[in-house]
Amino acid sequence: MSHDHDGHDHEHQHEPIGHDSEPPSAARARALEELLVEKGVITREDVRLGIDWLVSRSPADGARLVARAWIDPAFKERLLDDARVAALEVGLDPGPSPKVAAVENTDDVHHMVVCTLCSCYPRGLLGPPPAWYKSLPYRSRAVSEPRAVLAEFGLELDPEVELRVLDSTADVRYLVLPRRPDGTEGMTEDELAALVTRDSMIGVAQPLAPAAV
Amino acid sequence: MSLEVGQRVRVAAREHPGHHRTPGYLKGRVGTVERCHGSFTNPETRAYGDSGLPEKALYLVRFDNGVPVYADIFEHWLEAE
Repeated sequence: MSHDHDGHDHEHQHEPIGHDSEPPSAARARALEELLVEKGVITREDVRLGIDWLVSRSPADGARLVARAWIDPAFKERLLDDARVAALEVGLDPGPSPKVAAVENTDDVHHMVVCTLCSCYPRGLLGPPPAWYKSLPYRSRAVSEPRAVLAEFGLELDPEVELRVLDSTADVRYLVLPRRPDGTEGMTEDELAALVTRDSMIGVAQPLAPAAV
Repeated sequence: MSLEVGQRVRVAAREHPGHHRTPGYLKGRVGTVERCHGSFTNPETRAYGDSGLPEKALYLVRFDNGVPVYADIFEHWLEAE
């Protein structure tokens, strides 16, 4: 349309610039942030630092813990006992979660992690969760047909292996310590860490085979 | 209330208006205490600006959902079987 305002005339082909296309959840978060800043509860700087911290975390942090646990049995015991303490020991920031628990996959037991209520995740050690982790299908099917879910991730679990699903419903965040792949004897800690994927620490995949690196 | 590892417990089947961390699919279900995580502030009051005190004990409970499902349940949702 063409119209005249403030004494000049031009073609308006665009929609007015605004927040119209913003998803409702984003609009709610923005409104909440505005309100908290206005009331002096938080500052813009707090929000920026929080986002910077979260996106600076990555699965490489968790992979360091796993690789160290594979080569150092005493460290593995400490990781399984209290993953926060183990993370601090290697100079990692485990994040604000009150408690992080590592669970060990073995030849006989395989763990996978879900949060059926929302998206609880060991963000301090793995970074932001993948989109599928937050999706309703994963959150509902992980506790009702987990073997089928694993198969869709390409993990055909031996029927003899006990599959345990961990639903992180409260204050504890779970990190899976995957089983060390065969054929990795003699590899260095850094080489081992390169085999440890994000998905293997959620329990929906095995670590990479050494030939894949 | 203090629960022992290995003890059989039932999750309360009650409705709870407002924020809580007990998933609906486990309400009314019987499970086994696997581990005590210690005590944490109560999310049901903390979510509304309260301190969340007194802290509540949090238990890892194993349920048989066809496959074993482990979930963290606060003590005030658990009854000894």
